[in-house]
Amino acid sequence: MVSEVRKTRLGGREGAVIARVLPYVSWLITPLLILLGWQLVVSLGVYPEFIIPSPAAVLERGVEVIVSGRLWENTQVTLVQTLLGLGIGALSGVFLGYFAAKNRWVDTLLSPLVVTFQSTPVVAYAPLLVIWFRDGITSKVITSALIVFFPMFLNTVVALRNVPPSLRDLMLSLRASRWQMFTLLEVSSGLPIILGGLKVSATLAVIGSVVGEFINADAGLGFLIEQARNAYDTPLVIVTVLTLALSARLLYGFVEFLEGRLLHWQRRGSR
Amino acid sequence: MSASLSARNISLEYAQPAGKRLPVLDRVTASVGSGEFVSLVGPSGCGKSSLLRILAGLKSPTHGSVAIDSQPITAPSPRIAIMFQDANLMPWRTVVQNVALPLEIAGISRNQREARARALLPRLGLAEFGESFPRELSGGMAQRAALGRVLIQEPDVLLLDEPFGALDALTRERISLDLLNLWHGTRPTILMVTHDIHEAVLLSDRVLVMSQRPGRLIAEVRVEIARPRAVANMYDATFVEYVRTVRTAIEHA
Repeated sequence: MVSEVRKTRLGGREGAVIARVLPYVSWLITPLLILLGWQLVVSLGVYPEFIIPSPAAVLERGVEVIVSGRLWENTQVTLVQTLLGLGIGALSGVFLGYFAAKNRWVDTLLSPLVVTFQSTPVVAYAPLLVIWFRDGITSKVITSALIVFFPMFLNTVVALRNVPPSLRDLMLSLRASRWQMFTLLEVSSGLPIILGGLKVSATLAVIGSVVGEFINADAGLGFLIEQARNAYDTPLVIVTVLTLALSARLLYGFVEFLEGRLLHWQRRGSR
Repeated sequence: MSASLSARNISLEYAQPAGKRLPVLDRVTASVGSGEFVSLVGPSGCGKSSLLRILAGLKSPTHGSVAIDSQPITAPSPRIAIMFQDANLMPWRTVVQNVALPLEIAGISRNQREARARALLPRLGLAEFGESFPRELSGGMAQRAALGRVLIQEPDVLLLDEPFGALDALTRERISLDLLNLWHGTRPTILMVTHDIHEAVLLSDRVLVMSQRPGRLIAEVRVEIARPRAVANMYDATFVEYVRTVRTAIEHA
């Protein structure tokens, strides 16, 4: 009896260890499977090396461009463009969104335009921006800012319209100024929706920046992909794409972190 | 300090899509004396809450005027505090921060306003919940916090819009008696909208009865039961008689 009880306990503890570790490593499962499949395709020799290079070749090329500084150089350019675009697009989106939510005229003048342009693919109008703003960093920042602007604008309008009228009444009855209404009520109340928009925007900003680079650039990760492709340097294309994915993920993670910090009250008491 | 409150010839109409006008209040004239506790009862949709919002300066009447100590009310006044039907707390603020909100808007420093809010909590039965967020509170506790947010303003006039409507019967009874005790302390003028006749009779000096929409004042019942009152009063014959009188008036509304 006693030994049996002990046995089940031990088994339970082992199960508990697995259950505790699993959440931390589970995200690795899918990438590992993809890596495995990739290696399998390469080993079978179905495609030539310049179409599907081996994981080892990609790793080697990756180390090369990291050591030479070429990867970081270009990553920096794209990151700066993306962050500037995100910042400018988000600020102007929130700013104009605020006035559109407050003023019927601003809403009538802006909203149809925003909705139309939001459904237009960025690759379609990016060439125009490159023509107008030249091939420097400016055209990419503007492309990025523009693509970020739309969701931020719309989310801000929705966020402000969703402020509970009863809390507005409360603020009015306490004789809050317009500024207090904004800082004490509208910002906090709208933050979940605005931060949701910012999460989407973080990834969109990267897209805007790279699309701009594809059209015309002399630096950046999009430029590096184009260059590598023209040289049939497929390993470098893959290295660059992975770098882009990682940058976008980090940016997204940062906004998520911000969200967790700012909305900590949402998690309290949901136990 | 307390103040008298008066409404003169208040009419309110809402514009409707078809260009029609929906009358909500019809020439309501009423007054609440300084330090008096008055309840306003009536069928739902009779404009009680609208009248309260007009008195709070949150809404303008179509005709007529309202005044505090014969000073016309055209905008929210610092002497008047209003408490809404649901607790209406800000979910991102702790209890202390919610209670201290009126002082924050008035520009009082953080240390001072939070100290004052914290000092108020024991009286509300919330001593240990200062740092809790609203979603961690029960309905009754949230409503107590909302009451604290009103009391911290030290208003001369308190407008209560079905303040305990969303609570269960027992919690509701307890909180209304707590309210009565707090009222005995500083004696502000109170006008309370409610649909609970027992609550109205138990708490008030006078009960005003409104008709169906468009709301008019159709009856006034003076409750002459000695104070302090307690739940036990609710079983007295006189109490029951008052309840019956108010009830009959509403049924004829």
